[in-house]
Amino acid sequence: MTTRTDTVPEAGPGPAREASRATAAPRRRRRPAWLPYLPYLLPGAVAFVVVIGYPFAMNVYYSLFKWRGGMAPMRWYGLGNYADLMHDSAFWTSFQNSIAMVLAMVVAPTVIGLVLAAVLFDYLGRRFGPRVAAFLRATYYLPQILPVAVAGVLWNWILNAQTGALNVILRGIGIENPPNWLGDTTTALPSVMLVLIWVQIGYPVVIFMSALQRVDPELYEAAELDGAGWWRRFRAITIPQIRPETFVVTLTCTVAALKVFGPIYVLTRGGPESSTLVPSYYSYLNFFDKSKVGYGAAVATVLTLVIIVVAVVILALQSRAERREQEGR
Amino acid sequence: MSTVTTTPTAGGTPAVPAPSSGSRRPLRATRQDERYRRGVGRWFVLAAAILVALLMLSPFVIMVLNAFKSPAEYSQDGPLSIPKELYLEGVQNFWTRTNFPQKLWNSVFISALVAVFGTLLSLLSAYAIGVGRIKGRLWIVTLFLVANMLPQEALIYPLFDMAQKVGLSNSQWSIIIIFTVIQAAFGTYLLASVLGTFPPALLEAAQLDGAGRWRILWQVVYPIVKPTLGVLMIFFFIWTWNEFFIPLVMLTTNDTQTIPIALASLQGDRMMDAPTTNAGALVSLVPALIFFLIFQRTLTRGVTAGAVK
Repeated sequence: MTTRTDTVPEAGPGPAREASRATAAPRRRRRPAWLPYLPYLLPGAVAFVVVIGYPFAMNVYYSLFKWRGGMAPMRWYGLGNYADLMHDSAFWTSFQNSIAMVLAMVVAPTVIGLVLAAVLFDYLGRRFGPRVAAFLRATYYLPQILPVAVAGVLWNWILNAQTGALNVILRGIGIENPPNWLGDTTTALPSVMLVLIWVQIGYPVVIFMSALQRVDPELYEAAELDGAGWWRRFRAITIPQIRPETFVVTLTCTVAALKVFGPIYVLTRGGPESSTLVPSYYSYLNFFDKSKVGYGAAVATVLTLVIIVVAVVILALQSRAERREQEGR
Repeated sequence: MSTVTTTPTAGGTPAVPAPSSGSRRPLRATRQDERYRRGVGRWFVLAAAILVALLMLSPFVIMVLNAFKSPAEYSQDGPLSIPKELYLEGVQNFWTRTNFPQKLWNSVFISALVAVFGTLLSLLSAYAIGVGRIKGRLWIVTLFLVANMLPQEALIYPLFDMAQKVGLSNSQWSIIIIFTVIQAAFGTYLLASVLGTFPPALLEAAQLDGAGRWRILWQVVYPIVKPTLGVLMIFFFIWTWNEFFIPLVMLTTNDTQTIPIALASLQGDRMMDAPTTNAGALVSLVPALIFFLIFQRTLTRGVTAGAVK
């Protein structure tokens, strides 16, 4: 990964690469030279079909039935499960909460992470030395390395209404009735969001800081000589220069936010009163708690579609931004 | 993720012409540094950054403080006091209740095998795609990427069913197989783009020497991408270690479960008082922390590589 940056910048396995390859090796045989490589793809292809392709197809198939799972009879229901979803308020709540998850796992961490990374790299790193910056970065990254279920269990205790650390502290400083953070419909979702921001923030900080190392320092020096303040430099240089990484972070985190399950499971189990219900947990509930397998499969299928659509939109935005940048320059 | 479509402009295209490009003599650099080191504002910024760091660390601090504090002392002095004496029953409780050594072994066993198998599978597929330039490779890579984005809920019930049919219900092998494939989907995508830029001259030289594809893979390609494979293995290990959903569903008895599942399944248990919960969280994160510290350098490089590659 590190050694290969010196080759011609290529746009992935596409025509551009093909062209550069043709010039590099002009006398390539015309007959399909790739054919003998097929056996190397075989294990991966078989494994993919068995573990991902077939189960996914079966899940879609299940979603067309009413089925209580196991040996119970499957009754054909057509698109009925999907029609039922449209009138299911819990389903809509779960996707509404997905928006909150995107705010907590994508928007907030990206914005905060961008500022933190820029401050660490461009400000503190230069004034107090790179060691200070590296140390601070490590503390921000720490929550990322612990298993998310462990983080959830810890926070579940901290936020516990009676015995949790937070409320004991709050009572200690004289607050009579501290909120039941995870047990109240008004505070549960914001509490979960705060925990997720805490978990998530280290990822953009690390990515953005390494992205900034790629930026030519003379850009900053030149801008500074021209009298641009920190904020101007941040907006005019930092943000445009690290746009590729911003897209990577946005895409990976958005997919993760739409899929989020573990933290919800250990923090609130979707409660109270569905106030923190998310699609993945709702589908899990239907599968293994309510024994409504067909319905759960339908929820999972819809979630898959939403994720793919969102990912395609983000990728399209990215390639448009790139095209614009190339035209602009 | 975006690597198929993006190549970040390495070094950036200097939009602003740098006035003194190429002449960064040490003398000037020191003067520059000195200028940076003046001013009071920087202390405020540092204080703010440290405040954020403290906020990030506070749950860990609270956890450590209360993992070794007796319940009586907790109810008397609260969560912020430093324990007067070392109370080890929390750790003991958790250790014996979960049979921790077994959970640790389960987690290590599953994650290590997934790391090895997943990397191997990625290498084979990526060799065919990146070096062999299989027809339709763009579609294959896209398919793998989409697979990586799928919510596991959309696979779990059929997988659960299949595992039962082939006698792998509640078996760690079902987890190992599933995650080998899921991780390899990402690994193939990443490695294929790395191998796509493999110097053709090297391959041709090996071909002229009469080496077959199998030998080229192991004697030419493998030694060169070894560092990348190392990063990939570390990633796969950690990702699998932290996995929650599929192990939760598939591993139904105590003796097969992994650390995160064991900890989560103790939740709501009467035995889980403050020290036990905190000790449990602490003990559960120690292996991940040790692993992280050992491979920190490789990892931070890898996070970067994963982002731009």
